[in-house]
Amino acid sequence: MTTPMLHARNVRKHFGKVEVLKGIDLTVERGQVCCLLGPSGSGKSTFLRCINHLEKIDAGSLAVEGDLVGYRRHGQRLHELREREVAAHRRDIGMVFQRFNLFPHMTALDNVMEAPLNVSKVSRAQARQDAERLLEQVGLADRAGHYPAQLSGGQQQRVAIARALAMKPKLMLFDEPTSALDPELVGDVLDVMRQLAADGMTMIVVTHEIGFAREVADTAVFMDEGVVVEAGDPRQVLLHPEQERTRAFLSKVL
Amino acid sequence: MATTTAAASTASEDRCPDDLPVVPVRHYGRWVAAVAAITALAGIAGSLAKNANLHWDVVGHYLFADLIFDGLVTTLWLTAAAMALGLGLGTLIAVMRLSASPVLHGMATLFVWVFRGTPLLVQIIFWGYAGALYKYVMIGIPFTDITFLRVETNSLLTPAIAALLALGLNEAAYASEIVRAGIQSVDPGQAEAAHSLGMRPALTMRRIVLPQAMRVIIPPMGNETINMLKMTALVSVISAHDLMSNIQDVYAQNYQVIPMLVVASLWYLALVTLLGVPQAWLERRYGRGTARSGHVSPLRRMLGVAGRLPTKRQEGNR
Ligand SMILES: Nc1ncnc2c1ncn2[C@@H]1O[C@H](COP(=O)(O)OP(=O)(O)OP(=O)(O)O)[C@@H](O)[C@H]1O
Ligand SMILES: [Mg+2]
Repeated sequence: MTTPMLHARNVRKHFGKVEVLKGIDLTVERGQVCCLLGPSGSGKSTFLRCINHLEKIDAGSLAVEGDLVGYRRHGQRLHELREREVAAHRRDIGMVFQRFNLFPHMTALDNVMEAPLNVSKVSRAQARQDAERLLEQVGLADRAGHYPAQLSGGQQQRVAIARALAMKPKLMLFDEPTSALDPELVGDVLDVMRQLAADGMTMIVVTHEIGFAREVADTAVFMDEGVVVEAGDPRQVLLHPEQERTRAFLSKVL
Repeated sequence: MATTTAAASTASEDRCPDDLPVVPVRHYGRWVAAVAAITALAGIAGSLAKNANLHWDVVGHYLFADLIFDGLVTTLWLTAAAMALGLGLGTLIAVMRLSASPVLHGMATLFVWVFRGTPLLVQIIFWGYAGALYKYVMIGIPFTDITFLRVETNSLLTPAIAALLALGLNEAAYASEIVRAGIQSVDPGQAEAAHSLGMRPALTMRRIVLPQAMRVIIPPMGNETINMLKMTALVSVISAHDLMSNIQDVYAQNYQVIPMLVVASLWYLALVTLLGVPQAWLERRYGRGTARSGHVSPLRRMLGVAGRLPTKRQEGNR
């Protein structure tokens, strides 16, 4: 048995008095695609953000490839990691945001080169070569010199995917990557993600694209009010859900 | 195709609107106001030029005098150094104010409170006469007799240094607020994206947040620089030999107060005008990546040529 890519056990998180995650258990094996679905406010984004320590969990454990997120185990104690160590962990986890969050003061190419240059310290020539290859992979080789404001939403999101891939992550997190896009731009982004899944990338995707989930996901997870209501084979969960809450949600999005 | 005006009137129905000539709106009111304003301005300029009390000969004599130039040099480096100190320290204080540490936050708040809350003139006099308050500057461990360094205050705090400290520290208090507003104007998603790429907070601040904050920081800092240039005149109270100090020295002897103040004003005006150049350059540099439509100058707008300018949007503004 190999260690799973992600192993979450009883993950809890609250903001003030509101408990947003009420004990999430989730295991994602290497090379698998896991789609997270659920109504607004169910804690999907929060859970995703916990995985790369943009939020700190309050209880439970969260491990990526067997390494605890944000902590180091020393005997019977957990030591909080330093900023440097947290940053090092995050390099292995790519994240794609709903609102793209490209750096607006840099061209597409510079966006993709930024982290390899300044974090991994690869040579400029190497970073450039990799970035050009990645932009080509997402179908934007001809837009390398454009600033984000000069790109469509779908193009921006594909640059954002290339930017995350530039750090050669082992795990990619997608937080509703297509929900800020016009319908006709969704397809290009999903195509890139589909290809990524086919290449064996481990992915956790928050999405409302049921078709994508059914086709690409190895597991589908339905969350509501901070708990996992139902998880398993996407055909099972999405076509023949056992739980009433899942059924109610699916009837609204389909 | 007939494009004569005679033909256009008859053929207009079957031509698509794209081909029709555009008649811009004529703003007659603006023309009347412009003529009135220019006449008034000419009148004022004429009366100033003819006023014998202004002693334009004295103005001309001193405008390029050596003493004035010396003062000008001091004013310039004092402005530059005080702004550098203010922006550098101000950025540090802004970051401290936004820090999670209550001690750092408290210290930064205290600094801003003191240096923004007391009159600049008082601060200048304070630094100028600090030698009377503390005869020696000592560096050592507080509450013990151990000292590493001991210098006489007056040899350290020359009037120029005192002026620089006073202006720089005061500026830091204001600049820190401008920088803080700039940092806070940047979408938090930017820092998150940087963090998710493995960038550490200091790198994120330097590469991602501050360059974007610059767009918000530069215009008010341009104002601050202009203010600083003129505020250096205050250091004449501790005889720092800036432009104003030297002007005062001259009129203390020749009693030509007004002409000498005209000399000073002309120079300050010239310097402020020059400062617009680097500001425009910086705004362009840090405005990269923001799509703008072509800018039309007010003069062209008034002449009514703004009708159908080709919009130049994507001409790679690198
Ligand atoms: N920083 C925060 N401070 C306080 N409450 C927060 C914070 N972030 C999220 N929440 C709350 O946590 C709950 C879960 O939010 P989350 O963004 O994880 O939901 P979501 O499932 O991603 O919803 P959506 O589909 O709308 O994106 C919401 O009720 C939200 O208001
Ligand atoms: Mg969300």
